[in-house]
Amino acid sequence: MLDKYISLQKKLRLQLLELYYSVNAGHIGCSLSCIDLLISILLFKKKEQDTFILSKGHAAAALYTCLHHLGKISDTDIKTFYQDGTKLPAHPSANHFNDIPFALGSLGHGFPIGVGIAKADKLLRKNNFTYVLMSDGETNEGTTWEAAHFAVQHKLDNLIIIIDKNRIQGFGSLIDILGDTADEQKWKTMNFDVVSIDGHSIPEIIQSIEKLQTMDNGRPKVIIANTIKGKGVSYMENTMEWHYLPISLELYQRAISDIKKWGLTR
Amino acid sequence: MRRIFSEYLAKIVQSDESIIFITGDLGYNALETLQKIMGNRFINAGVAEQNMIGVAAGLAKKGFKVFCYSIAPFAVYRCLEQIRVDVCFHKLPVFIVGNGGGYGYGIMGATHHALEDIACLSSLPNMTCWIPAFAEDVPLVIDTLIKKKSPAYLRLGLGKKNLYNNTAQSISQFTDVVKSKNPKVTIAVLGPLIHNLEKIIQHYKNEIDVFTVLNVPILTLSENFINSIKHSKKLLIIEEHTSRGGIAENISLKILEENITLDKFKSVSALGYPNGLYGSQQYHQTQSHLDSDSLLNTVQNLLNV
Repeated sequence: MLDKYISLQKKLRLQLLELYYSVNAGHIGCSLSCIDLLISILLFKKKEQDTFILSKGHAAAALYTCLHHLGKISDTDIKTFYQDGTKLPAHPSANHFNDIPFALGSLGHGFPIGVGIAKADKLLRKNNFTYVLMSDGETNEGTTWEAAHFAVQHKLDNLIIIIDKNRIQGFGSLIDILGDTADEQKWKTMNFDVVSIDGHSIPEIIQSIEKLQTMDNGRPKVIIANTIKGKGVSYMENTMEWHYLPISLELYQRAISDIKKWGLTR
Repeated sequence: MRRIFSEYLAKIVQSDESIIFITGDLGYNALETLQKIMGNRFINAGVAEQNMIGVAAGLAKKGFKVFCYSIAPFAVYRCLEQIRVDVCFHKLPVFIVGNGGGYGYGIMGATHHALEDIACLSSLPNMTCWIPAFAEDVPLVIDTLIKKKSPAYLRLGLGKKNLYNNTAQSISQFTDVVKSKNPKVTIAVLGPLIHNLEKIIQHYKNEIDVFTVLNVPILTLSENFINSIKHSKKLLIIEEHTSRGGIAENISLKILEENITLDKFKSVSALGYPNGLYGSQQYHQTQSHLDSDSLLNTVQNLLNV
């Protein structure tokens, strides 16, 4: 099973890099930091009736890669990524794919929407789960805390927030800018069920989701996924510039080589 | 209008379980009955308007029709991006209800006024702003919102009855309130400001046409309105809203596109706080020449030109 996971992590990383390289686009580092979370949720945990929201919309290419793998985005569509006339711009757009239910990209929107979906499922007495994948920098946004209080008050234990904690945000490190707004203790104080995991270990991600899903105790859930920005490509790891930079042919080849020879286990 | 709004909603929510009402922690002495009737479908989202709209979008995506209530400025400006992205981009049935549009909250001060709400919202995709002029319009507008299931903003103001046509059973964008055989001036007015025209209508009802404009954006001018301005050649537009992005700009664009020539075009709109001082709604209307006497004077000047 572990081999299967690692081979998927490598395969989808290679597809992701090819996607970015083919159109000379940036946002590679932040997609590599969360692709294992996306694989775990979308390929292994999310049921058809569940909702997944990529609140950190700048990692759209990682979402597209996973949905393409699942056959939910066609070969024809994926080839149009980032180009004129596409349904797949750099941040997810509205109204094209069932599995991309909302346009996202302005940070701080996915959590409140996810709260609305989870609240609706409670009102409708549906046993569905809502997953919201956020960036750690995104927890700077005030809506995070508005939504968090609402989720606790409304006992939304069907809501699982996953924070991609790569510790690097738009223009500096998480700690240096506003402090650790994604700190585990904050969520615990607010009465969330919190687990802190290795966000690149698919078994750990899946186990934590499964554990949280058994806890129907009225408390919303947070998974703090400790990740590495640029995970898998040596020269991208833990760097801010690979949030933005497109990739040259030479660096693309080095990236492929890194992914191919590296086992991805820690 | 708020009372009429909540009473009517209290009636319809009993037969439509897909309606949810969210308030941004306001509604004292107005929403208590609704809260009691709706039970868990009445949600107080707290003093957190951005989250309120995001939650509403999530609920609406799952099939609910969601009213989001606050006073007009709080319901619009703080959460404008949530309205644009979460609601409008996805054409969801989220209805923003802003109480006391314009200078409605008077002496409460500028933070509590909404003078640019329609400009902000009517430029968003899939959004329609509704500004009932008379108490009787409110239930008809609510029925329309629920039927259309599209993003909407409902600006509530003074809830006076329609003295001119109290049997209206339907609503339209341009409503003929006063119609003359030989109009010398055509007046278009936004919302409850129509009540400041009582004196004018009393004095000049045989010389003017008066239309209320119920919703924005204005994509076409009504036939009656076009006929009236072609005949009168003089148009006065009155709104408790900035001239930018209000009905004056909306209508003038359509007039230009229709190649209609006028002898006189006059816009009377909210000027903000021209003397930097504050007061009641009536005080601010006077400062902006939107009070009964100033408007009477404006119409007399137009009739005499």
